[in-house]
Amino acid sequence: MTKMTTTRRSVLRGAAALAGTAAFPAPFVHAQERVTLRYLSTAVNQSPAIAEKASEDLGIDIEYIAVNTDEVPRRVITQPNSFDLVDSEYFSLPNLVPSGNMKGMDASRIERIDQLASVIAEGTVEGEKVGWDGTAPHEVLYLEGQDATSFASSPTEWITLIPTTYNADTLGIRPDLIDKEITSWASLLDPDFAGKTSILNIPSIGIMDAAMALEARGDITYGDKGNMTREEIDATIAALIEAKRAGQFRAFWSNFQESVNLMASGEVVIQSMWSPAVTAVRTQGIPCVYQPLQEGYRAWASGFGLPRTIEGRKEDAAYEFINWFLSGWAGAHLSKQGYYPAVLDTAREYMEPYEWAYWYEGEAAEQDIMAPDGRLLEEAGAKRDGGSYWERMGSVACWNAVMDENQYMVRKWNEFIAA
Amino acid sequence: MTDLTDTRAEVRSARTSARKAGRTGAALAPYLQAAPMALVFLIFFVLPLAATIAVSFWQYTQYSIEPAFTAQNYGDVFYGCLANLPSLCTTFLTYISTLKFCLIVWATTLTIGFTIAYFLAFHVRTLKVQVICFLLCTIPFWTSIVIRMISWIPLLGRNGLVNQTLMGMGVIDSPLEGLLYSDFAVILALTHLYTLFMVVPIFNSLMRIDRSLIEAARDAGASDLQTLRHVIVPLAKPGILIGSIFVVTVVMGDFLTIGIMGGQQIASVGKVIQTQMQFLQFPLAAANAVILLAAVLAAVWALLRLVDIRKEL
Repeated sequence: MTKMTTTRRSVLRGAAALAGTAAFPAPFVHAQERVTLRYLSTAVNQSPAIAEKASEDLGIDIEYIAVNTDEVPRRVITQPNSFDLVDSEYFSLPNLVPSGNMKGMDASRIERIDQLASVIAEGTVEGEKVGWDGTAPHEVLYLEGQDATSFASSPTEWITLIPTTYNADTLGIRPDLIDKEITSWASLLDPDFAGKTSILNIPSIGIMDAAMALEARGDITYGDKGNMTREEIDATIAALIEAKRAGQFRAFWSNFQESVNLMASGEVVIQSMWSPAVTAVRTQGIPCVYQPLQEGYRAWASGFGLPRTIEGRKEDAAYEFINWFLSGWAGAHLSKQGYYPAVLDTAREYMEPYEWAYWYEGEAAEQDIMAPDGRLLEEAGAKRDGGSYWERMGSVACWNAVMDENQYMVRKWNEFIAA
Repeated sequence: MTDLTDTRAEVRSARTSARKAGRTGAALAPYLQAAPMALVFLIFFVLPLAATIAVSFWQYTQYSIEPAFTAQNYGDVFYGCLANLPSLCTTFLTYISTLKFCLIVWATTLTIGFTIAYFLAFHVRTLKVQVICFLLCTIPFWTSIVIRMISWIPLLGRNGLVNQTLMGMGVIDSPLEGLLYSDFAVILALTHLYTLFMVVPIFNSLMRIDRSLIEAARDAGASDLQTLRHVIVPLAKPGILIGSIFVVTVVMGDFLTIGIMGGQQIASVGKVIQTQMQFLQFPLAAANAVILLAAVLAAVWALLRLVDIRKEL
């Protein structure tokens, strides 16, 4: 971790530099000062190794501000001058952009703007359209103008967020405690697993997990699972209440570690999970499978955005850092933890061929697969659950979302908890 | 002569004014002494509370809050509460659930807390041992509340220590599911966390009881139970009351323990507020907070009606 706040000394140094420029108006005197970027995101996205490498390569200091998932949009909306760079989920954008606290990013300053993964930029994988239910990133990627508070329907020069990481979520299972074959989201509501299932405690995502299960079971057909009508919300919550009363759920999880603990302790044998959490269970020597399902995945994506207040050298540094982020080292670093990066080709350059084959092509590992910190993740011969990048991202059914009927949904969710 | 009287009068008036000044100074002193605490209360209690109350009347969208004066938020909190009777609305259900925990935890902490305090006060003979035992009671407070709570999980879980022991002893065949993520788990954790809040004030009250009163009761032929009921408990009332206020207010506002031990499936007012904050519905959350505050104040008021605490202290 780097330092958390602007120190008195750096202020003084800045003041001295200013005084210097005033006394000797030479053009490059002040350019020697190192820039510090305050990077706001969840702790999961803040790798100390990336900050270290960026500092080494660029001479830019990264100061992480770690908050939880809910706090990211709250900070953007309530304290837009408390950070220089935000790594936010795309689904928060329908709340962030109208607030006017975000600044559109100039596409011409992003070197690899044309190489962004098509699943983010266009909602397609190898030319095939994936599921667009919910807040699909390509729908909220462009702005009408730099200061616009609404999205553009076709590509423009102004970008909301440049992707950092994204992935496709599915159900994690304990194959040693389940003697059935799991092929559908409907298993989440299977009475055989009563008292042994779990969903996410973030209402907007938890309700989508439930919707995947209900649609799979044939109960409800949704127009858009990520943007339900009031009737759809009512029906979904009614079904959830029924399941809760029947004792279907063991507990709801709120963060990464809770989901790992529920699974590792055997309290839960099937639940919606994040890919690195499955890895975390496995590194404890407990079998856990990230089960691909016939209905597809619930995907999410996160990306860099700029606050409205950024300008001058900080802004230049932010663009420089983002361009560096897309240039491969960071992408490879994230790939080796199971995330996908914005630009695949550059990440590949920084990965060993056997690593690329394992993480992206769905091939059996030729050698032991190590995490970036040197821990053993998988032994030689293992295959990634769900197969190749194209199989996994190609099977996305819906994206994490904030619904238009958000307020109604929250009210109904509280009703579900109180039932 | 005239000069002299004048001088005397002057002296007298000077004295009076000096005394007056002294009196104003003396009158000001207690206010000055109270000022620092009053200031702390003003900045950290009155102002935030006033802001919360003000915001509870504001309007909001998904990304903004606007100053306004609307009762809409309060209407939303009680949405469907009258229209849907006799089936209960979310808010009523939530408060009933919270009150249920309040009553049960109050009963358990009072029973356990009183027993411990009684033992410490009457059965431990020397002050030194009393102090040592008392400090032993506070040891759990050396770690954070969250850790104390979470340490129950490996004990109570499906494959936890309790289930394994019971199954090993052949008492049960399949693990007891209700031990964790249930009402039982919540009550157990709350009791564990807050019993000391009962022990301390009750112990304090019991220590102040004049021992000769107990002797007198015994001499008058009262049994131990009669002494307890007619002498000790009435004299311990202030301690019981203070402990009860602690426990009731803490449990009313709790959402962490209920959330974690209840597997996030049990409602509490705090959790409703948290969910609303999560979705940036600050005015609605503020309205809920104001109502919770009113409910807690009502509970404290009701408790104070039972015992005249000023008189007893």
